Amino acid sequence: MPAPPLVSVENLVRRYPLPAAPFGRRRHVAAVDGVNLTIAPGRSLGIVGESGSGKSTLARLVMALERPDAGTVRFRGTDLFALPPDELRRMRRGFQMVFQDPYGSLDPRQRVERIVAEPLDVAEPQLTRRERADRVAEMLAAVGLSADAATRYPHEFSGGQRQRIALARALITAPDLIVADEPVSALDVSVQAQVLNLLMDLQETRGVTYLFISHNLAVVEHVADDVAVMYRGRIVEQGPAAELFSAPAHPYTRALVEAVPDLSSFDGAGSHPPATDADADVEADSESGCPFAPRCPRARAVCRSERPRLREIAPGRAAACHFPGE
Amino acid sequence: MKFPRAAAIMQRPALAAGATITLLLAMVALVSLVWTPYPYTDMNIAMRLQPPSARHWLGTDQFGRDILSMLMAGSRNSFAVGFVAVGIGLGIGVALGTTAAVRGGIVDDVVMRLADFTFAFPAVLSAIMITAWLGPGAVNAIIAIGIFNIPVFARLSRGSALQVLSRDFILAARAAGKGMARITVEHVLPNIAGILVVQATIQFALAILAEAGLAYLGLGTQPPNPSWGRMLNEAQTFMHRSPWLAIFPGAAIALAVLGFNLLGDGLRDLIDPKLRRARS
Amino acid sequence: MTVLDVEDLRVDIRTPTGRLPIVRGVSFTLARGTTLGLVGESGSGKSMTALAIMRLLPQAADVSGAIRLHGEDLLQADETRMCRIRGDRIAMVFQEPMTALNPLHRIGDQIAETLVLHRDMARRAALDEAARLLDRVGIREAQARLSAYPHQLSGGQRQRVMIAMALACRPDVLIADEPTSALDVTVQAQVIDLLRSLVDEFGMALILISHDLGVIGRLADRVMVMYGGAIMEQGSTKAVFTTRAHPYTQGLFAALPGRGARKGRRLAAIPGTVPAPDALPAGCPFYGRCPRGQDVCRDNPPPVVEIGGSRAACFFPGP
Repeated sequence: MPAPPLVSVENLVRRYPLPAAPFGRRRHVAAVDGVNLTIAPGRSLGIVGESGSGKSTLARLVMALERPDAGTVRFRGTDLFALPPDELRRMRRGFQMVFQDPYGSLDPRQRVERIVAEPLDVAEPQLTRRERADRVAEMLAAVGLSADAATRYPHEFSGGQRQRIALARALITAPDLIVADEPVSALDVSVQAQVLNLLMDLQETRGVTYLFISHNLAVVEHVADDVAVMYRGRIVEQGPAAELFSAPAHPYTRALVEAVPDLSSFDGAGSHPPATDADADVEADSESGCPFAPRCPRARAVCRSERPRLREIAPGRAAACHFPGE
Repeated sequence: MKFPRAAAIMQRPALAAGATITLLLAMVALVSLVWTPYPYTDMNIAMRLQPPSARHWLGTDQFGRDILSMLMAGSRNSFAVGFVAVGIGLGIGVALGTTAAVRGGIVDDVVMRLADFTFAFPAVLSAIMITAWLGPGAVNAIIAIGIFNIPVFARLSRGSALQVLSRDFILAARAAGKGMARITVEHVLPNIAGILVVQATIQFALAILAEAGLAYLGLGTQPPNPSWGRMLNEAQTFMHRSPWLAIFPGAAIALAVLGFNLLGDGLRDLIDPKLRRARS
Repeated sequence: MTVLDVEDLRVDIRTPTGRLPIVRGVSFTLARGTTLGLVGESGSGKSMTALAIMRLLPQAADVSGAIRLHGEDLLQADETRMCRIRGDRIAMVFQEPMTALNPLHRIGDQIAETLVLHRDMARRAALDEAARLLDRVGIREAQARLSAYPHQLSGGQRQRVMIAMALACRPDVLIADEPTSALDVTVQAQVIDLLRSLVDEFGMALILISHDLGVIGRLADRVMVMYGGAIMEQGSTKAVFTTRAHPYTQGLFAALPGRGARKGRRLAAIPGTVPAPDALPAGCPFYGRCPRGQDVCRDNPPPVVEIGGSRAACFFPGP
């Protein structure tokens, strides 16, 4: 008996206007183009994709920081975009966000205490100064920072420490969901491992669910139970992380997996499979056809004429490909 | 961006000089409230057009008034004009500019076109028009100068606010459930304050200069209230016989403008984190 | 044949509060047709080493040691001489091709400019050569692309253009500073392939700077692991990657989330953060974060020990 989903996203679409050519019709590009997904409580979902795949837009839509052009985002069954602004604000304590850039996500003019306590301003404005300070201290301890961090400014911290501060802020309202958009991409390898460990520990101790967005497959594989692969605004493959990465069904997923060097079986500078042609000009967006077809080594006639739907290819696994797993 | 410590100020000669000059002038203005060598309105025809001497350090004018006393009292006037004119510009301009940045769309377009419109007129010429319309006088001069500070601050605060608004901590504040008005007060204004302070210093110098110009044209401060600009005006007739009548108020204006500009430039270097890194 | 020989390179930055050691005694040699990988985290001094070789460090930097290009010490060369060398004998490719290319000039002109400057070529001939170079780095319809502006190209294509520019004069040494870090993984793989085939074909020496062990492993014949401005370990890529004699090298590998690893396995993170240059101990820079650190490591420069074909600067090396 599956639990009701924590998050369910239905047919989500977000278009952005393209810079208009003089005298031309205003054209739009769909950053997110009909995405469906659900996240069960306690089960983390990783979103993988390259730049321009729409994964960050999806994150902001799930966070209700941006309105979709179509579709719904439900959090614990409630349609976020049907809520009056006040109620949405109250709901926000249940889902928080961690950003990629640890330098841009903390206000340089505020002390850490004020930064970490910010979600409480709205969620629990009745708290006394003392109570707020206690909550901040508790959070700083939970993310492995000393209590004296509270009185310092962000510029006094390294990238990894700043990301811990951002995590403390996201956790202070005890949310069920944390949307993490490339949270370790800006960090050095050694520090990245610290932050990933912390994310895993917090999941264990606080039962938080992650929507974890990254271009780094190894990182996603490490954190996520399930993975969705995005390509040009759509999910092209979805399934449990271990299965999806060990036996990718969609040729794009395979290209991603093969592009990542595996250091565990290092055999000197040498062979790896030829890369797909990622530079192929992707301007021509065929309205029909599979969007990956121009880059796909296995594309056939049907791929250029008919867009494949995301369909189940095995229990719990789905791919948008006419010839999955070939 | 953090405000500097005193030690950091003293490491920069231009900033130190600017701060010293403006502080000195401010002190002179304060002292003049309680004491000047002579009452600045006292006329003494017997002592008219005296060159600088031990009794009158900077000499006397055509009515025998003590130049030093008039300059001291005039500094009050200059400071008042600067404060109020910059205050008008800051208050209204920043409100308009940040609102335009936050709201965008039509609001942004209207505010910015208004700013363009105001900018299209040469400031001093427009100040002349306004004082001509409202009548000459210190208050009207201040209002006229203040109005032309509004678009300066509106544009600056809009541009800087847009930059701040694009940063992730604004998204984080929205994710925390804060509304844009609150975010503007808590995040945007503190982050653009430094830039605004620098601009305010520079506008302060311009206001002093503008007031002197208006007073010189007879459109500013009216007699018997002392004003550096009007002293210059009155000096014209006697310039060949008694050059000090023009030299000292001219020097006072130049010194004040120089002081505030040095202070503004110095503060900008100090506050701009990029420049700071490059130097240290 | 040795192309580049760097001996005891040291870079200190003069600051109002004192001298900061940024590069602390780096030595290596580089042979024709080989690739040296420089690995390290931010602040390790890897980019500073590259800039020192190019003599592009800021005024406030004091450089000592020797950088010999075919026997000529570049540290003794004057600026006129360096201008002849830069872009001609030593060329560089940067991480962010969008900022390294001039947005206002057509890419053909930007490539041709190098040839006109160093080879005294006529513009027409230089443009023809530019087209050949673009074709060689895998830009399709190269002739037509000559008149494109940087913003009309994708990130991967821009990086190819940067590489074409760097190759224009067939340099002896190509320095690539994080050439693939700003690119998507699939594009990254192509650029790596391209660089490798170019090293083989042109016989140049490549210095590849990257924080990414995967990229280094695919491309480099030899590796130098840097930390806190010093070399921790160096040797053939195979030796360094398999022996991992230095505790820091081990730490870097252990901290990587492995492919195919079980979800939730704790990563062996290196504790602490990279110290600022003025907070480094007199001895081994890694002291303080090293699990094997002893008092001797703090106060004395570690000896260089060879283990399994890899040379580690460590008092307690070994797998």
